[in-house]
Amino acid sequence: MKAFLSLLTRDLRLAARDGGALGTAFGFFLIVVALMPLGLGPDLNLLSRIAAGILWIALLLAALLSLGRIFETDHDDGTLEVLATGPLPLELVTTAKALAHWISTGIPLALLAPLLGILLNLELKAYPVLIATMLAGTPAVSFLGAIGAALTLKARRGGLLLALVVLPLYVPTLIFGIAAVSAAAGPDGLTASFLILSAISLAAVALGPWAAAAALRIQMQ
Amino acid sequence: MDLGPHAAFIWSSYAIVGVTIAALITWLYADGRRQAAALKDLEARGVKRRTSVPSHADDNHAAGSL
Amino acid sequence: MQTITQKLANPTRFMQLSGIVLPWIAGAAAAILCYGLFLVFAVAPIDYQQGETVKIMYIHVPSAWLAMMAYGLVALSSFGLLVFRHPLADVSAKAAVPIGAAFTFLALFTGSLWGKPMWGTYWVWDARLTSVLILFFLYLGLMALRSSLDDESTAAKLTAVLALVGVAILPIIKFSVDWWNTLHQPSTGLTSTIDPSMRIPLLIMALGFTLLFFAMHMKAMRNEVLRRRVKALRLSDIARRDGRTSQPTPAAG
Repeated sequence: MKAFLSLLTRDLRLAARDGGALGTAFGFFLIVVALMPLGLGPDLNLLSRIAAGILWIALLLAALLSLGRIFETDHDDGTLEVLATGPLPLELVTTAKALAHWISTGIPLALLAPLLGILLNLELKAYPVLIATMLAGTPAVSFLGAIGAALTLKARRGGLLLALVVLPLYVPTLIFGIAAVSAAAGPDGLTASFLILSAISLAAVALGPWAAAAALRIQMQ
Repeated sequence: MDLGPHAAFIWSSYAIVGVTIAALITWLYADGRRQAAALKDLEARGVKRRTSVPSHADDNHAAGSL
Repeated sequence: MQTITQKLANPTRFMQLSGIVLPWIAGAAAAILCYGLFLVFAVAPIDYQQGETVKIMYIHVPSAWLAMMAYGLVALSSFGLLVFRHPLADVSAKAAVPIGAAFTFLALFTGSLWGKPMWGTYWVWDARLTSVLILFFLYLGLMALRSSLDDESTAAKLTAVLALVGVAILPIIKFSVDWWNTLHQPSTGLTSTIDPSMRIPLLIMALGFTLLFFAMHMKAMRNEVLRRRVKALRLSDIARRDGRTSQPTPAAG
């Protein structure tokens, strides 16, 4: 357990020191949200209806940006091989990596996303729900994304390929994320879709590292 | 045989399916002939299959054993 | 007693067996499809609502069925590759993906052509059509991943991992799309209870399509085996030539 925590804190410190990753992710998030009204027109009540959808899709794309990096830096300087032969099983290494990505990118994006809701005239009572659904949904984004990152580690055109491979896996998270937001605006608050959203995230946390570790083992053969 | 007002949709969907399947089949045969020709050419040049001549540089990963 | 898969594990035996079986499957597929088309155009009654456009169903439903069956076959082959290291598993997976993607495209195309007369628009975000669209993206992901990796054996195994991840998440995608669909509009039943006079031609067309798929898949596998043999021969040829030039004394092995 100690090895797991030390790897996790190392990754978090690395992410914190290189603040750029979060900066670019959030910059990308901002520009995507800002482009939407330019494309869809400034009509405020249209925007408020689709604000949650825009914020969620922008979140998925922004998180995707920083995903390619979680294995690449370690792969390039060989620490991945060291980690693979270290005390920690590869599955826990990938868990730590994905968890570090969630904490360093997923949570900040989820907390900062609603600020951009102002640009899209998001109703006030949707803010807490939006943050709650994003916090519940982003683990799936990080852990399923870790599978994609492991698969496309040595591939040419890695970034594009990562998007093509991982975005279909995000469909359930996106659908239930938006469903939870719109349902919560209704009378009975947090409903089944929020529970399913969390269930998907937990399943991703539990099963994702297995597939990512298998992919890493194949990469390092 | 009158296919009603939407005959165009029926014909175009059958046409697209027919064309795509025909394209797949012709591509498969062309590819088959190309590989067979390459194989014949290699064997004509005296490059025997691994089973007939024990070549030393044979690594045993899956592709090699084919 | 060797199981059928072990018997087929040897590529040369596979080539012999498939060489015998292939013409029969192709012939049967052609015959059944011709009979099916005859039934569809000459015998099957028109639908009381849609009239003649129901004829599109006879190729749309088999294509959609093949799209899903092909992905199942890819997943099965991927499982065979990763768990049993079956030498022909990757050949089967690599052969099945493009054909499966082609039938997924056909299912989407005929679906939208059928949608125009029935729903008035070429594309409706119906639960089934949307799931098949996402299935198409999974196929694209498999092809893109395999094509962007140089080393063949790692590309095979990585694509196998992606295929298994895809097949694991497919039911969740189907469930979430159905949930999403009922959220927005009542799901229009594409094929309500089919009258037997229509169901028989549909089953015959489906059988014809399935046989056609297996014939194409087997042919694609044969091509792949030949391609790998050519590649292996070329490698050994180059290796022997280097062996001869770089060491004048006869090579050790």
